[in-house]
Amino acid sequence: MKNWNDTKSIRKDFPILERKIDGKPLIYFDNAATSQKPVQVINALTNYYENYNSNIHRGLHTMSEEATLAYEGTREKIARFIDAPSEREVIFTRNATEAINIVVESWGKHNIGAGDEIVITSMEHHSNFVPWQKLCEDKGARLVYIEIGADGNLDYAMAERLITNKTKIVAVTQMSNVMGTVVDLKILGKLARLNGAKFLVDGAQGVPHLPTSVREIDCDFLVFSMHKMLGPTGVGVLWGKEELLDLMPPMLYGGDMISSVTREKTTVNELPWKFEAGTPNIADVIASGAAIDYLQNLGMQNVRAHELELTRYAMDAMLKLPSMKIYGPQNPELKGGVISFNYEGIHPHDMGQILNESGIAIRAGHHCCQPLMKTLGVMGTARASFYIYNTIEEIDFFVDALIKAEKVLNYVACR
Amino acid sequence: MSLVDDLYRETILDHYHNPRNRGTIDDATVSTEGVNPLCGDELRLFLKIEDGVVSDIKLESRGCSINTASGSMMSELVLGKSLADAKAVISEFKNMMLNKGEDITLSEDLEELEALQGVKKYPVRIKCALLPWNTLDEGLKNK
Ligand SMILES: Cc1ncc(COP(=O)(O)O)c(C=O)c1O
Repeated sequence: MKNWNDTKSIRKDFPILERKIDGKPLIYFDNAATSQKPVQVINALTNYYENYNSNIHRGLHTMSEEATLAYEGTREKIARFIDAPSEREVIFTRNATEAINIVVESWGKHNIGAGDEIVITSMEHHSNFVPWQKLCEDKGARLVYIEIGADGNLDYAMAERLITNKTKIVAVTQMSNVMGTVVDLKILGKLARLNGAKFLVDGAQGVPHLPTSVREIDCDFLVFSMHKMLGPTGVGVLWGKEELLDLMPPMLYGGDMISSVTREKTTVNELPWKFEAGTPNIADVIASGAAIDYLQNLGMQNVRAHELELTRYAMDAMLKLPSMKIYGPQNPELKGGVISFNYEGIHPHDMGQILNESGIAIRAGHHCCQPLMKTLGVMGTARASFYIYNTIEEIDFFVDALIKAEKVLNYVACR
Repeated sequence: MSLVDDLYRETILDHYHNPRNRGTIDDATVSTEGVNPLCGDELRLFLKIEDGVVSDIKLESRGCSINTASGSMMSELVLGKSLADAKAVISEFKNMMLNKGEDITLSEDLEELEALQGVKKYPVRIKCALLPWNTLDEGLKNK
């Protein structure tokens, strides 16, 4: 169990937090883009390459067996982590984006037709938006948006109107990567179920920060990226209900995804391997197992509690500044540790640049959510996002730097 | 060197806080739009070209300081210039921003633009500085 004082010991596990930016200690508030990696994950990578690097699922030698065991071990850990009934339902991809594309290609292309509707929200990441838009274009289907209300929350009354028997799939984010808005998946899942639609959850932001159970959500697909949850880049997960995945054809063909090949005919391998053609990202999948262990040890309830505390503290402090605008829900309980803001008319680019001078890494721009930026009526926002190793002291420093930013840019105007 | 020396020099902040030639032109002979795909910043540029001379120029944008200041300086420098002279200014500026070596000295009447040279130390921001110029370049194509 973690308590507040443990943040210090957590920080010791992250070598990069020792980094200085122009002589100033790094404050990493860009966790929604990608998280930092603990030494346990980095060691898992080097241990694989130094001690048992080999291909999986084919060799009979010791190292290949060890590698296969470790690779498949991560699959089991992930299945437990998201409360999946079976590890056969866990498919490794390159990232969340690829996982969504597999669903679009292998399920969407065969199940969506002219006049059908796909329901998403106006706050989707381009990843859970562009593939569906393209599918609709190709098939003559219609893409329908659930809007966000003035309070930054999803308009559930609108969801109820928009999800109908024409809806074939509801594809929504678990948490907005811009505003942190946490979506009530149970409501949407029920609406999808009632109307015979499938339900896909983009967990790229949710799974790293919130306890997540696919059984509780009762979704059909869940996708996420390990790099946003302490893991290395290059590993994503597609989880799907076994009976659905069984019916879906593979997206890529080649080695590993087959069970037998003759000159005349190839038999497709069983789940999950039928979706994993070719040599996979063995090292990064193995290291992802260490990331899952790390989060599991902390407990996702504790991760959430820590981030909620940081978010509440940061929002309170930020809103004391005049002309501070924070987008999305104003109640931290309704959002994750993601704060999108604009301050004193300072363009997010300038804000990002000036904060960098103080060693603070935030993100500035449209965050791959251009439709949402239109809805919010802005070109972009500055975004600070937290994780397990961030502290109250860092937030104090950040708020001071915001005040300084204003001074840098008003330097001429003030004289 | 610091952010204030390199990026937020006085000239730049002055143009940022008081951008010249803001707005639109109803009877523009040319209007073009530019987008910085990195951040989504958009820019609309209006030109009135009469007898081969840029007789009016207006910009509409909600860009960052660099983008705004660069556009503001540009508008002052091409206003009243012949098309050939305007194009020469564009190429001189672009050359300065894209040149990877030593700082470049510009012709005397363009001196003010040298303030933007510090932006080169922040590679992602070069696009911000170039956006108005690329948009103008586009607008003057085939002219
Ligand atoms: C909500 C959301 N969905 C999807 C993605 C895409 O993740 P990846 O780039 O790892 O595929 C992101 C990443 O920023 C995200 O925030």
